[in-house]
Amino acid sequence: MTAVLSVDGLETSFPVGSRRVAVVDGVSFQVAAGEVLALVGESGCGKSVTALSTLRLIPKPGHIDRGTISLNGRNLLELSVGDMRRVRGREAAMIFQEPMTSLNPVQTVGSQVAEAIRLHERTSAGDARRRSIELFDRVRIPDPDVRFDSFPHEMSGGLKQRVMIAMALALHPKLLIADEPTTALDVTIQAQILELLRELQREFDTAILLITHDLGVVNELADRIAVMYAGRIVEEGTREEILTHARHPYTRGLLRSIPSLARRGQRLEEIAGVVPPPRDWPAGCRFCTRCSEVLPRCESELPDARNFSSTHSARCFAIPESAS
Amino acid sequence: MSEALLRVSGLKTWFPIRSGVLQKVTGHVRAVDGVDLAIPTGSTLALVGESGCGKSTVGRTLLRLVEPLAGEIRFDGVDLAALGQRALQPYRRHIQIVFQDPMASLDPRMRVRDIVAEGMHAFGIGANAKERTERVAALLRRVQLDPDQMHRYPHEFSGGQRQRICIARALAVEPRLIICDEATSALDVSIQAQILNLLRDLQEEMGLTYLFITHDLGVVRYLASRVAVMYLGQIVEEGETEQIFNHPRHPYTQGLLAAVPSVDPARRGVVAQVRGDVPSPSNPPAGCRFHTRCPKVMDRCSREEPAPKFKGDAMSRCFLEDSV
Repeated sequence: MTAVLSVDGLETSFPVGSRRVAVVDGVSFQVAAGEVLALVGESGCGKSVTALSTLRLIPKPGHIDRGTISLNGRNLLELSVGDMRRVRGREAAMIFQEPMTSLNPVQTVGSQVAEAIRLHERTSAGDARRRSIELFDRVRIPDPDVRFDSFPHEMSGGLKQRVMIAMALALHPKLLIADEPTTALDVTIQAQILELLRELQREFDTAILLITHDLGVVNELADRIAVMYAGRIVEEGTREEILTHARHPYTRGLLRSIPSLARRGQRLEEIAGVVPPPRDWPAGCRFCTRCSEVLPRCESELPDARNFSSTHSARCFAIPESAS
Repeated sequence: MSEALLRVSGLKTWFPIRSGVLQKVTGHVRAVDGVDLAIPTGSTLALVGESGCGKSTVGRTLLRLVEPLAGEIRFDGVDLAALGQRALQPYRRHIQIVFQDPMASLDPRMRVRDIVAEGMHAFGIGANAKERTERVAALLRRVQLDPDQMHRYPHEFSGGQRQRICIARALAVEPRLIICDEATSALDVSIQAQILNLLRDLQEEMGLTYLFITHDLGVVRYLASRVAVMYLGQIVEEGETEQIFNHPRHPYTQGLLAAVPSVDPARRGVVAQVRGDVPSPSNPPAGCRFHTRCPKVMDRCSREEPAPKFKGDAMSRCFLEDSV
């Protein structure tokens, strides 16, 4: 499999007081065609900044300091602003958590999708309208020709997210970045959107970078999982490797702290303390302040990635050599 | 079952819809429309449902933060709905609420010591300021915060720590019932685990009674002894937690449970049994309110409203109950 998206050594920094702190610090990953990579982690781990960096959408004073972001073999960091604009929407699209803030409230939803098509293709208004209605039908918006003329406030959250998905897929991008796409939705609506995303992904063979904190959603959609903590990827593997054979103490703690439907009565496992703010990140392994298996060297040395299979790796000194 | 600390019957809370220049009342949002609930002393009832089902309005009505249109709220035998504001005052101490967003419910200009002591002052707990300060210190220790930090302001704490402050404030007036309205929904999962464990320990220690309002079914199974499922202003099913999770009777409960993603890689593929969106509570469907989305809908469901059917002490509101 060749990678559609390949991110290597990405460093994105923001000013903190008088200095800059890399809130994404040396992140590398790849997503192949037709594959879903989930980037998971808690608030402030840098997963959304990674997603925004990938399409060069980092707001100032944030800045990408280092790394390469190659989409279909082209390094996006070397493109002009105009070329980058042509990449967004056509080659790579993005959907966000809150569809209301991504849609223009004074324009009908249909005209916004049609506009997205006409920005990238020379086509007539009538043709763009026809294609938009087809897309609405494809993402199962009921009465698509009527809904074309609806305003965002006339639609529910689930329908608006369907409009966003229709817009994102309008030009058959190779890469879709979905940042918490179902987090704001109720669970029965989420189930319908998850079904839709799975279907569309199969049909279009899109590479999806899924950003979420919800490991249930990850299990539903992802092929591979990368776990982020304090700006770095600490563990990466296939869905099964991470969800059932996690090796990093952070990943294991995260999984055990979920109050799942299956484990009633048992006390939830806690991860002690809180994620430190970026200015207080330790020099070595950043999880060392909360880790139950911390060793003296963890505080000063950064652990290298250790491989457990061709797809599974973790950055931790405390994982025993022999255990499987 | 022991005697119910709280028994709610026929509770209705409607909000007027006003329109036009004269702000004439043109209809009502029937947020809570005939709700019965009972919570035995020392137990936890979870009130679950999706956005707009009226679950939060139930919580607010119990505290008379909004006024009910009809119904009884019997707390320890006394109907709070019938009391005047002055007569209600002593009961306010017995029922406390913890909200989802601690930042919005803590006064940013008050020090933590004063936030926690405010209620004690109002209800005459503690002889003087010094004694109250000592009690604040003990409460902070109990919720695992450092008492030395009591002179700090809310913004100096993390989200999880702020929620601990809210819990300490609720405990300060020695309540008997605590309403938790999505109290852990805004927290990261590792922090949520800390707060859920704390709430459970406090219940065991102090014999507290909880009404847990949430949309998260994993949390419900972890904490609740009984579950009430709400849809469009009504309770559609109520029963013992394990019974509800293992043998849901109402098609809405079944759909809700089927939609929750699991973190077990062997159990992938949530099913969207419940299609479409929740109808507007200002104009709920005739007959059974769920019939527009029900996968098992029958002819009579759109014409007649099903009455609550009891099996032991478990209730379901569905015509399918007649056929079994």
